[in-house]
Amino acid sequence: MRRLEIILSRLVWFIPTLFGLVFVVFFISNVIPTDPARIIAGENATEVQVQALRAEMGLDQPLHVQFGRYVADLATGDLGKSLYTQRAISEDLLHRLPATLELTMAAMVLAIGLGVPLGVISAVKRNSMIDQTLRVLSVSGLAVASFWLAMELQMYFSTKLGWTPLNGRIAGWGPEEITGFYLLDSLLTGDWASFWDTLHHMLLPAITLALPAAATLVRFTRAGVLEVINSNFVLYERAMGFPTTLITWKYVLRNALISTVTQIGLIFGSLFAGAVVVEAVFDWPGLGTYAVQSILQSDTKAILGFSIIVGVVFIGVNLLVDIIHTFIDPRTLK
Amino acid sequence: MTALKRLLADRAATIGAALILGLILVAIFAPVLAPYPEDVTAFHLTERLQPPSADHLFGTDRMGSDVFSRILFGARITITIAVIAVGVSVGIGVPIGLIAGYYGGFPGGFLMRTSDIFLAVPQIVLAIAIAQTLGPSVENVILALSLTYWPFWARLVYAETKSLKAQTFVEAALALGASDWRVMVLHILPNTASAIIVRTSIGMGATILTAAALGFLGLGAPPPTPEWGRTISEAREFLPEAWWYAAAPGLAIFLVVMGFNLLGDGLRDILDPKLRKGSR
Amino acid sequence: MTDALLTVEGLSLGFRGDGGFAHILDGANMTMKRGEIMGLVGESGCGKTTLASAILGVLPRHALEIRGGRIRFDGIDMLDAAQGAQQQAVRGRRVTFIPQDPFTSLNPVFTIGQQIEELMKWKSPRRPVGPSRAPTLLTPYPRARRKADREKIMEMLNLVQLPRPEQLLKKYPHEVSGGQRQRLMIAMALLPEPDLIIADEPTTALDVTIQAQILGLLRNLANDRGVAVMLTTHDLGSAYEICDRITVMYAGQDVEAAPVAEFFNRPTHPYTAKLLASLPEGGGGMTGIPGELPSFYAPPPGCRFQTRCDRATEACRTRPAPDLAGPAHVVRCAHPLFQTTPATPLKEVQA
Repeated sequence: MRRLEIILSRLVWFIPTLFGLVFVVFFISNVIPTDPARIIAGENATEVQVQALRAEMGLDQPLHVQFGRYVADLATGDLGKSLYTQRAISEDLLHRLPATLELTMAAMVLAIGLGVPLGVISAVKRNSMIDQTLRVLSVSGLAVASFWLAMELQMYFSTKLGWTPLNGRIAGWGPEEITGFYLLDSLLTGDWASFWDTLHHMLLPAITLALPAAATLVRFTRAGVLEVINSNFVLYERAMGFPTTLITWKYVLRNALISTVTQIGLIFGSLFAGAVVVEAVFDWPGLGTYAVQSILQSDTKAILGFSIIVGVVFIGVNLLVDIIHTFIDPRTLK
Repeated sequence: MTALKRLLADRAATIGAALILGLILVAIFAPVLAPYPEDVTAFHLTERLQPPSADHLFGTDRMGSDVFSRILFGARITITIAVIAVGVSVGIGVPIGLIAGYYGGFPGGFLMRTSDIFLAVPQIVLAIAIAQTLGPSVENVILALSLTYWPFWARLVYAETKSLKAQTFVEAALALGASDWRVMVLHILPNTASAIIVRTSIGMGATILTAAALGFLGLGAPPPTPEWGRTISEAREFLPEAWWYAAAPGLAIFLVVMGFNLLGDGLRDILDPKLRKGSR
Repeated sequence: MTDALLTVEGLSLGFRGDGGFAHILDGANMTMKRGEIMGLVGESGCGKTTLASAILGVLPRHALEIRGGRIRFDGIDMLDAAQGAQQQAVRGRRVTFIPQDPFTSLNPVFTIGQQIEELMKWKSPRRPVGPSRAPTLLTPYPRARRKADREKIMEMLNLVQLPRPEQLLKKYPHEVSGGQRQRLMIAMALLPEPDLIIADEPTTALDVTIQAQILGLLRNLANDRGVAVMLTTHDLGSAYEICDRITVMYAGQDVEAAPVAEFFNRPTHPYTAKLLASLPEGGGGMTGIPGELPSFYAPPPGCRFQTRCDRATEACRTRPAPDLAGPAHVVRCAHPLFQTTPATPLKEVQA
């Protein structure tokens, strides 16, 4: 029941944090008096038309009233209309969310699959050639600008070699939509062609995103393993003749992962952040390209909505990480 | 100067320090070092997109300007953004963390919850929202980064202060009649310094990456500013033929961020063994 | 044929570090017979734990330097890397271990049941000998054996007097007390039905009130099963209570070995005598002996006790050969407190 308590205490903070986020972003985006009504009305509108539009959009109200209305709308899931397309922002974002989640999750799987085993090997063989090489690579992986890496990979593998599609999420219309996750949908409908095509499209963006995350994981896992590898329980297990493979990959790793798991929330955040620019490079139809389009169109409300959606996902992921943590480390339940 | 000696004994940290020193020297002496200092603004359309040669080390860009010269001047923008943004973040974050950690209770909780709100979205997302509202300029990028990065220092100093406050030497100082203010500034702050220094070195790298990403998205300084991120986005339409155009600024960013990360790692090992665990 | 189960002969090793070579064990000798309880005693830092770790194969490898000597367990060379497979098979099965600190020696993120079961999966006496063909992480635990092992586990938990074993197995290590954890370690040491248990100061981390209970339990269970126990301790009182024989170490050298009565009645090495004299009335821990342990980086040649010994002469600068001060009472001293005769050079022939 201790677990339930922890989950509840985290959930209690979910709403205030979200409210605070909306508050901060809303007021920041209203510091500079831009005039959305004029943008919508267009260059040739008369002052009277602009005034009417302003009243219709509630822009003639004081800021705190606007904020109140925004929050009230938000509570019903309404993020307002895009200044540019006049479409509901929440719908656009929800429609694009699966694409970004699918990409970031694929990158996460890649990063974990690559980073954790390499981190263990690096620690077990510390100061060897492998360890030195991995350390140089992981420091480098954290120093590369992801949009640049994306462009370079795209240039080489797509444009020059033609091994991977240049951009987009899939050729054609994609599988019949059930969840919006193409990989899942194509599996559910047995549409193998779509499945492979999605994977093919996803390859480069996922690798680009995964590399810095994998670098972080290598470093954390290495440090975590080094911290436990000389502890008394490992000594005991060795003295009792447990197979070395078993000690390293089951008993040491499980302990080392405790500190790594707490980082996964942060890593997920960095993947989301990376997705903004990487999606833009690969024209991946997710939240990132939406944000970049909104920037180009000065669509403040859309960007506000985007920040809030990312905030919700991010807070949710951190909550999930806390819950996973209680399972992986029984001592948190003490 | 034993700390400096130990730093120089660490090969990685030395390389990092050398890279940063290089960046600073390049930024200062850009007008002297650049073969074509006028190319920051001047263009020669007849010479556009020339591959690297003896005349143009990293080739020329879409305007026919020397990429190498522009990269050197770009170092000035990068270092300005990073130093001011991180400086302001430290200036906001450290006092907040110190006060929150020292007084605790409701004000402390309130300050830390506020910083949690800023940490609730990835930094670049918040920076995008702010920079977009304010309009594209170097000053606005700095402002956006300062407003988004301060919670990192606040969190760090908060945690350190909280544990230091329980230490005997703080209690002793208070018992001797030192004021809260004096204890905070003279007793606690110096003890958090090494953690702050380490965090700052690594934070510089992260800030430079985010600033470059903002430039890439068109939220940084407007053209013809030779900002590295913007240069990469300009180069995009000329790939793969003009490979040098994007490669040069990308490598410049890589080397500088690498420099700060290596130095940060080295400093952590020397100054703050208990922080060794993490990597960010 | 001798009935020696374990012999340590002239073991000499140390660690290379920033300060040079730390020569921890210098020609250490020790024997263990089947079924006996032998106390390895000496001050902290005398090399007891290093010797135990060497037998168990858990010395830190990166700085280790073995200069000579050997450890033989029932014909298997425990130091020779070429016999790694046999060593791995012996460890945890025929030689088991009770660690010093039961608080940190169990893996904190697995339940007690999971850990005992893992031990039995690999080290149960019912496990057929020979390497398994499956990859380590995929090795199955046959159902029939699992069931039989499970019964033995419950039986053993009762024997070490752990209440409500069913619930205990579901708990995590941090949820049980130190005394219970050490009972558990004893159970885990006995479950593989070993020939030898190495207990490295098994009670120092515990409350004084339960130390005696734990040692008594260990003694009874080991005697019933004919298991030999090598107990390292700096507590002469408890060594007297439970040991059959005692070996004294000083600064990485064995100085005297004798049956427990002989040891307390006729301490023959000056160090042993001082050790006994330093006991406060009524037993308990050791108080001081004047002087300090010699530096392991620059130890004196010969007998290492010479720097603190009031009988020391030039003769002590070479290590004295083992002499007999009584039946099975071996001492290595140039100036013994009781008369000695040269030992039958059985060991010397072997070496």
